[in-house]
This record gives sequence, structure tokens and C-alpha cells, in this order.
Amino acid sequence: MFDYHALAPDFIVAATVLAVLGADLFLPKERKWLAAVLGILGLTVALIPIATLAASDDSLRSMMGGSYVVDDFALVLKVFFILTGYVVLLMSVAYLESDRYYQGEYYFLVLASLLGGMVMASSRDLITLFVGLELVSGPAFLLAGWKKADARSNEAALKFFIIGVLSAAILLYGMSLVYGMTGSLSFDGIGEASASVAEEPVFVLGILLVLVGFGFKVSAVPFHFWAPDTYEGAPTPVTAYLSVGSKAAGFVGMLLVSYVAFAGAPDIWGPALWILAALSMIVGNLVALRQENIVRLLAYSSIAHAGFMLVPFAAAGLVEGQDLNQAFEATVSYVLIYGIMNLGAFAVVIAAARRTGSGQIRDWTGLGSYAPGISILLTIFFFSLAGIPPLAGWYAKFVMFLAVLQNANGWTIALAAIAAVNAVVALYYYARVVQTVWMDPAPQRLPVDPDPSGIAPSLALAFGLLAIGVIVVGVFPEAIGQFAKAASFIAGG
Amino acid sequence: MEWFDSGWGLSLVVFSPLVGALALLAVPKKDEETAKWLALLASGVSLFFAVVAAFRFDFGEAGALQFGTKLNWIPAIGSDYEIGIDGISLPLLVLSAAVVVLSIVYSWDHWPEPHNPRGFLILILFLATGMAGTFVAQDLVLFFIFFELVLLPMYFMIGIWGDKTKIKLPGFSREVETRLYASIKFFLFTLFGSAFMLLGFLALNFRGGSFSIPELAQMGADGQFTGTFAFLVFGALFLGFAVKVPMWPLHTWLPDAHTAAPTVGSVLLAAILLKLGSYGFIRIAIPILPQEAKSWAPAIAILAVIAIVYGSLACLAQTDMKRLIAFSSVGHMGFVMLGISTLTPVGITAAVIGMVAHGVITGMLFFLAGSMQHRYHTREMARLGGNLKLMPILGGMLGFTAMASLGLPGLAGFWGEFMALLGSYQPLDGLSLGVFRTAMVIGAIGTVLTAGYLLWMLQKVNLGEPKAEWDGHDFHDVDRFEMAAWVPLLISIVAIGVYPKIITGAANDAVQSLMDKAF
Repeated sequence: MFDYHALAPDFIVAATVLAVLGADLFLPKERKWLAAVLGILGLTVALIPIATLAASDDSLRSMMGGSYVVDDFALVLKVFFILTGYVVLLMSVAYLESDRYYQGEYYFLVLASLLGGMVMASSRDLITLFVGLELVSGPAFLLAGWKKADARSNEAALKFFIIGVLSAAILLYGMSLVYGMTGSLSFDGIGEASASVAEEPVFVLGILLVLVGFGFKVSAVPFHFWAPDTYEGAPTPVTAYLSVGSKAAGFVGMLLVSYVAFAGAPDIWGPALWILAALSMIVGNLVALRQENIVRLLAYSSIAHAGFMLVPFAAAGLVEGQDLNQAFEATVSYVLIYGIMNLGAFAVVIAAARRTGSGQIRDWTGLGSYAPGISILLTIFFFSLAGIPPLAGWYAKFVMFLAVLQNANGWTIALAAIAAVNAVVALYYYARVVQTVWMDPAPQRLPVDPDPSGIAPSLALAFGLLAIGVIVVGVFPEAIGQFAKAASFIAGG
Repeated sequence: MEWFDSGWGLSLVVFSPLVGALALLAVPKKDEETAKWLALLASGVSLFFAVVAAFRFDFGEAGALQFGTKLNWIPAIGSDYEIGIDGISLPLLVLSAAVVVLSIVYSWDHWPEPHNPRGFLILILFLATGMAGTFVAQDLVLFFIFFELVLLPMYFMIGIWGDKTKIKLPGFSREVETRLYASIKFFLFTLFGSAFMLLGFLALNFRGGSFSIPELAQMGADGQFTGTFAFLVFGALFLGFAVKVPMWPLHTWLPDAHTAAPTVGSVLLAAILLKLGSYGFIRIAIPILPQEAKSWAPAIAILAVIAIVYGSLACLAQTDMKRLIAFSSVGHMGFVMLGISTLTPVGITAAVIGMVAHGVITGMLFFLAGSMQHRYHTREMARLGGNLKLMPILGGMLGFTAMASLGLPGLAGFWGEFMALLGSYQPLDGLSLGVFRTAMVIGAIGTVLTAGYLLWMLQKVNLGEPKAEWDGHDFHDVDRFEMAAWVPLLISIVAIGVYPKIITGAANDAVQSLMDKAF
């Protein structure tokens, strides 16, 4: 019944979650950062069974009647969530040290949320998926409101919570309709039964409601309106986590239900996701053009990126006989690369906002002249987000176009053209930040450097690793390509 | 030299500047001398191996890819590190390596504001890798990466070291500095084009199942790409390359970018970057989609002659010397595109030689314009005049280069224009003679207009008496760094002019074999 080897990564992270919470009780106030170290150690240990699982011949380990599966897709995503956790913890240490504020509980919540993502990656039925998703979201609500004396942080948490609960309700209702029509909770069972009920309006409604539920999670337009306010108000490391970890969890859910559970009904979700993809790209990018606050800008940019990630879905759903694996692979590659570069962008934004004492883009003029290191990293991550070769972002966009243009028809060509134009629009606002930093003159009175001895080492480590990742993946994208390929075989049942 | 022929040689040409750029990052900012020598060394290594390639090049087999290799790069999408050069790439590769070295030599003592030589040199070296890489890439994805790699350095070069004069843009309430406007305009235009170019590449990959340019060209020659599909793909590639060339009416970024860029930026832009577009037509669009090239050819020819005439007329309306030279590029690239549009060996050879000639001549003109601006602190032709009296050597060089630019027989500029017109007299069978012969006549009138505006510029800038405002100014004539950078260009202008076989020797056979395969 239980394959302890296969469950080991999740168990280790679960144990780490508890250990961090326990250790927090005994750590003196000035040593609370040790809780983060403990968390990082636990995540590292969790990588060991993942490595042995990846190396073992038994590539599909199915438990609990097929509800919980450890296959290559699950492993790739688990590694992704663990690495995201690494970076978020590294980013948070310096950020939290500055005001010494419930650090132990903070790390506990981050790790618990990550565990939810890992569970989702293994889930193969609706209940497990839903439980995993709630485990991702619950701690995230609390994290968003971490600065409890700050009205904006409160607003962020409240908005996020209400929308989160609403979307969970919609999702659950959709799931109940699907279960009612197919009589099955497992994705395979739904896939088998869906052929006979595909024409039923209630079943269609169920699918659409499930997609709307996940649409909120990935902040796709028109279910995005919570994101900019929440991102702006939440502590920046939490925002980084929301825009990467939480969004990736949403995509894991979307990938699983679309390509596995509803694989027999792509003509239902294809057109719906076509609309979400097009709207997210257009609205996200156009609104981002007008943003003055860097975090809001990144919020809209992350909405636009969600649109790019949805493009392969639309292609898979709209073309007869489309190779689902290719579309699946494209979205997985995009999510992985987006994770690296967006975490990097947030890490560098934390550093730059601290150095300049402001999150308004106009206060960053001439940053390149007095903080060249931060500015170079900012340039790397922002242009990577824009998709300029040889930085990693190009490959994400490349595989996205690859998926949408294969066996193209009128709809997919139109979507590809929308995506191409949007890629150019996006460049404008990323370049505007870079221009402010490098080309506009520095202010007469430079802002006082809050840490004259240099950037906090944990933060420097975080964006150093991410910058190397962005460049290496950009020049040799094969690694990501192989991960995505390994992950993609589950598409289509 | 086994290692050289098996891909290492070309890789060194392409990547030694990049290595140099990374090494420069480790040099302290204050240590300008080390930075300069290191940059010179890196670009020198690149040039050295480019020249070695030229000497080892088997001219008897100019149509075949040489010094090539094919290594696994991204198997997930079926793209390889496939490189190699034939007689068309060779002259352009050597040109690009040489112009980079000369730019660094010229910069030695002429740093635009805000100084920072190290940063400036890093950008030049990045550009060098992108440019050389584009000419050796034989894989569409690799080509795309190198093609895009030049964007960032040029964007920063214009945006940071560019012209700080404020301009008022229609529709905006605030004035904006020229450099900021020009840099983002350059970036957006090129990215717009290349986004569609990429879609075209992907479409080819779906039909052909490969990103390899030689393989796709073979399929194209076998007639595998036809119909609406091929028509649209050619359109997408056309958009990408035409923005870069730039062809009328997609040229509007060029005058702004050239005028705003620092001297070396203008030189590299004019001498090499524009060629990436026309090279793309010859290397990718025509061999892979020959039938579509045929249906698009008349349109290209018409746009090309419009560019020739428009460029010349626009030149006559300029008051700014640098802007005039920029518009002259539009006209000259029009001749290159006219040559390409004939789809004949003569026409395409004309394009290759025209590209190289335009590279040396216009590169030289931008050097001269930059040095004059450095001394006079203005580019307004109305305020210049009598330059020949104030600075005889510099003035003489300007006169000489302008003569080359207007296509004087015996100098480099002549062959490209002459052969392009020759080619359009007798375009490829099946193309409309009416269109191309009309194009030829209009193009010939264009040469007269070209002569007109260049002579007009010379008369304004070089001849006459110096203006009263320069009384008492002591202008130093050409200094040693300028001399070192310019003499090689002047020599090659003469050399190509009297002995065009330097270029055509390699290019002719390559173009011939390319055409034989395609049509």
C-alpha cells in the first residue's frame, strides 16, 4: 500500500515543517535565522530520495489506488518546488532579520505551502488535488498579511483570502459536477467516463468551473484582479513566492486536469483557455505599461506570463490530433524557466528597493552608477523576462511558439501572432526600468546605503545562483528541455 | 591545422571576443589601460583567425561549407551547434572582425561621454560575437540567437553613450533626449521584426523537421515548401530581415539610431549590423523558399528602388551631416536589395560586394563624421565649411570616401551599384522584365541623385572658406589612432575598387552554386 521510498521526499519535507516549528520555540530571538537554515537542510535532505527515485528503474510508483503517484512529472515538479523554497528562504532571511518578526512561524508557513505543491504534483484524483491546493493556499493567506501593522499588507491578505476562498468554492463545485457526471474522482476514471458524457451541459459546466478555479490561482485575466494589490501589499519575498510557487501550483493543477482528466474533451477547454491566454497576454502587458511601482509592474508582467503559459493549452485543445505531449512539455518548460527568472527579478527588486529606499521606478534613476552589481543583475533578469537571447526567457517563449504553431490552424496562428506582438510590447516596460537604472542621471543626493558592508549574503547567494541559472539555461536549454520531456509523458492518459 | 578546419577555427573567431568581454568584467574599472589592451587582444585573436580562415579557404570549393562542424546543442527541439562558412559568409566575417578591431583602435583616445571605457569595450566585444556568429551559423535557432545577441549591446551603446540633445516628439508634451528615444525605437523595431522571423523559422521546422539551414535549403530546392504556407513563411522572414536591412518603409529607426549613436556605434551599425538583414535574405529566405522568393521578388525590387530614390531625396533635405550619411545608407542598402531581388548570380554577387563596400565606405564616413563632431562640436552642415582648409588630411579623406560612396569607378562603391543595375536588366527567367527594367532605370537615376547629394555635402562641408566662428580655433588634424583605424579602410576601398576579385573570387562561385541549387 505504501511505498515509503516514493513518499520519502514528502515525508522529509513534512518532518522539516514540524521541526522548524518546534525549533522556533527554543531558538533565542537573535538566532531565529537558524530556523531557515534548518528548513534549507531539510529541503536538501529531501532531494536525496528524489535523486534515488529518478535513478531507479521503476519510473511509475502508484499508491492508494492510483490517487497518489510518483512519476517523472511529479519528481520534476517536486524538485522545482524545493528549489523555489530554497530561494524564497534565502530571500526571506535578510528581509525578516531587519525587523525580527515572527520568523520561525514564517518559515514554517513557507515550507508548509511548499509541501502542498509537492502533494499536488503527485495527486491523481480530485480530492488529493484539492487538498494539496488548499495546503498551498492556506499558509499563503497568512504570509500575505505578515506585516500586520501595515494596512496594505492587511488589505493584501484579506483580498487574497476572500478571492482564494471564492475560487476554492468554484473549483469544488466544478469538481462535484464532474464527479456527479462521471462517477469517478480519479483522473483516469474521469478520462474514461468522459467520452460518454462529453455532450452533457452539466459536465461542460463542471469543466469550465474547474478551469475558472485554477484561473484564479494562476491569475489569468479576467480572474486576475486580486493579484496586483496582493503582490504590492505582501512582503516582497512572499510576493516572489506567490508569483512563482503558488502560480506554479495552479499550473500543476491545470495541467493535470486538462491533459489527464479531461484529455478526452479538449474541444471544451481549448477554446476557453484560448480566450484566457489571449486576454491575459493583452491586458497584462498593456496595464503593465502604465505602472509606476516596480512590484505592481512585476505583478502585471506575471499575469502576462500566465497568458504565455496558457498558449500551449489552447493549441492542444484547438487542433485535431495535436500532439499533447508537446504542448504539455512547452508549458512545463515555461513554468520552470519563469520560476528561475521571476524569483531572480524579485530578489533583485528587494535589493534595489532596499538600496534606494523606494519601490517607485522613478526613484531608481541612475542606480547603475552607484550600485552597478544590482543593476547588472536587474538587467539580466528583466531582459530574460522579456525573452531576449541568450538569457533563459527566450527558450520559454521559443517552446511556447513551437507548441502553438505545430499543426497550426487559423486559431492557433492568430494566438501566435498575438503572443508575438505581446512579446514586443512587454519589452517596452522591462526596458523602461533598465533605462531608468542605466541611462537616466542619478539624483543629486544619493540615497543612504542601508548596509554599507554590502548586500546580505543570503540574498546575494539567492540571486547569484539564479543569475547563473538564467544564463546557463539560456545558452544550454537542453537541461530544462529534458526535464520537461521527462515530465510530459503523462499527457493524454 | 586539423583542429582549425573542424570547427574550432570559426568558434574562436566567434567566441574570443566574448571571452574577452567576460575577462574585462574582472578588470577593475579604473584600470583603463589593461581594459583597452585586453579588448584589443580579444578582437585581434578573432581577426587573426578570420584571416587564417580566409587564407586556408578553398576557393575552388567556395560554394561548399568549410571549417564547419555540427555538435549537439538542444536535442529537445532538434537544434544543433552547426557552423560553417562559404564564399558568401567569408568576406562578411572578415569584414566584421576587422571593423571591430578598427573600432577599438579608434576608441583608444576618443571615448564618448560618460567615459567608462571598460563598459563600452565590453559592449563592442559582445557585438563582435553576435555579428560573427550570425555569419557562421548554419542552424536557424543558432542564427536567431546570434542575430538577437547584437540587440542588447547596441541598445545600451546608444542609450548610455548616445546623443543627449533634447528633441520634441509629436504627441508628447515633454522633451526627451535623442539617445533614449532612438535606443528604444531601435530595440522595438528589431524585436518586432525578429519575433515574426522566429515564427517563420518554426514554421519551416514543422514542415521540414529540421533547423539546419543546408538541409532546409536542400528541401527547398526539391520543392518541399509551397503554397500559402510558404508564402506566409516568406512574409514572416521578410519582415524580420527587412527591418534590419532596413527596407523602406521599415527604415524609420535607422536615421534616429545612427544619429544618436556614438561614433563607434554608428560605424558598427552601418558597417555590419545592417548586413545581418541582407545576409539573412541570401542565406535563408532565398535558398529555402526559392519559389516564394520569385513571387516576392518584384515587390522587393519596387521597395528597393523606392528606398534608393527616397534615401537620396531625404539626404538632400538634411542639415545634419550624420543624419545625411544615415539616409545614404537607406539608399545604398536599396541597391543591395535590388541586386538580391533579381535572383540572378550577377545580382546577388552585386549584393555581396555591395554589402562589403558599403561596410567599409559608410563605416569610414561615420568615423569621419564622428571625428568632425568631436572637433567642431556640431554636425550642422550650415556651420561647417572649409573643412579642407582647416584640416587638410581629414578633409581629403572625406572627399575621397564620399567619391567612393557615390560609386566612382575604380573605388569600392562602384561594383555593387553597377552590377545590381546590370542584374536587373536581365533578372531570373519568369520575373517580369517590365518591373525590373523600370527598376533599373529608376535605380540609374538614383545613382545620379546619390552623386548629387554627396557632392552637395562635400561642397557645404569641405569646400569654401571656414566660417567666421572658427577663427582662432586650432584644429588638430587626424591623430595617430584615427590614422591607424582609417588607413586600412581607405586601402580596402581602393583595393576592392581596382581588384573586386578579392570579394567576388569567393562570392561568385558560392552564389552560383546557391542559385544552381535553388532554381
